[in-house]
Amino acid sequence: MILAREVVDLRESEDVLKARQQARALALSVGFGLVDQTKIVTAVSELARNTVTHGGGGTATLEVVEYGAHRGLRIVFRDQGPGIADVEQALRDGYTTAGGLGLGLGGSRRLMNDFEISSFPGKGTTVTVVRWK
Amino acid sequence: MTTSILPGLIRRFEAELLKDWVREQRTAVTLRSDLLPDAELERQSAQFLAALQAGLEAEAFGEISDPGWERARGFLEDVARSRGRQGFTPSETATFLFSLKQPVFKLLQRELEGNPAALVGELWEITVLVDRRGLFTGGRALIGREVMITRLQAELLERSTPVVKLWDRILALPLIGTLDSSRTQVVMESLLQAIVDTGSSVAIIDITGVPTVDTLVAQHLMKTVAAARLMGAECVISGIRPAIAQSMVHLGVSFTDIVTKATLADAIRHAFARTGVSVGRAAAV
Repeated sequence: MILAREVVDLRESEDVLKARQQARALALSVGFGLVDQTKIVTAVSELARNTVTHGGGGTATLEVVEYGAHRGLRIVFRDQGPGIADVEQALRDGYTTAGGLGLGLGGSRRLMNDFEISSFPGKGTTVTVVRWK
Repeated sequence: MTTSILPGLIRRFEAELLKDWVREQRTAVTLRSDLLPDAELERQSAQFLAALQAGLEAEAFGEISDPGWERARGFLEDVARSRGRQGFTPSETATFLFSLKQPVFKLLQRELEGNPAALVGELWEITVLVDRRGLFTGGRALIGREVMITRLQAELLERSTPVVKLWDRILALPLIGTLDSSRTQVVMESLLQAIVDTGSSVAIIDITGVPTVDTLVAQHLMKTVAAARLMGAECVISGIRPAIAQSMVHLGVSFTDIVTKATLADAIRHAFARTGVSVGRAAAV
């Protein structure tokens, strides 16, 4: 069940800030502690920036979800960019195409509980992450 | 020459018009009596009516950029500026003018009761006139806001990156807020410049005030540290809070061969040790 939903447009690097603020506000409303909040916000920052720099812009949909007795925060990042040719390679630590540290994607997977990525070359990428309370 | 009866009407019924207009503004939903006292509202309204009359008499229904409308233009610019500063939104500011239509319409209707053709003509002229001035005022208010925002941004950029001299040859850079790339550039430059200017050998970068450290922020920090090292200064990163530290571990970011400390105090102690300063406790007075 979805209890709350916010959509953030991701066009330029300033929008990453908006996504982070929205994520922090929703994480707070779910009742996450400071450590979990920080993990969520950090992952959102990485993935939102990927959407802007690699995906050529897109959206972040943040949802407070309830599954049985569990509450969580689910964030879906969508873009219609070039897509990722080799997802395994992209997830490997240290692999980068933009001169970064190459830790964003793999690091986000470690920061969240659920991590799902689907990418179609030429069509875009969707990354779904969930952190359960 | 215009055949409009409006200039004459405004002159004749100025007091009545002013009263009606002020009443109109007071009952409007956009009135912000919390921001603008009644006396000020009345004064501004009277001033604009006078400027409107002067404009109408000089240029009739001319453009606001015409010389005859200079007084009205100056006045509206002032209003836009002062209301912007008081916290009115641009549309609230423009409504100040739009609300003049109703009392003027009423006056025209009464005076031109038997002449519908003339009434329609006059109504159209005054509508266009008021709309243009309203849009002008709203536009001015928007420009005022943009100027203010740009100034605040520049100020923030300047102020958020102060390099502080802590001790002989020890600098501190307390970072606050998000580290987007344009700011990081300023941070790097001001720190490296200060290292040269002061001949410092230790620079402490304190990130207590940085809410999120992701890979981009980490990379910026590493680059700053590397550049400082090339100039012969050692950097210490302090203020890494527990939540940030845990996130960084999961992220896989490690500040290898960078000295990191939990608090600024620890970093200062380290800097003292590196520069050979010893600090002792004097007997309490």
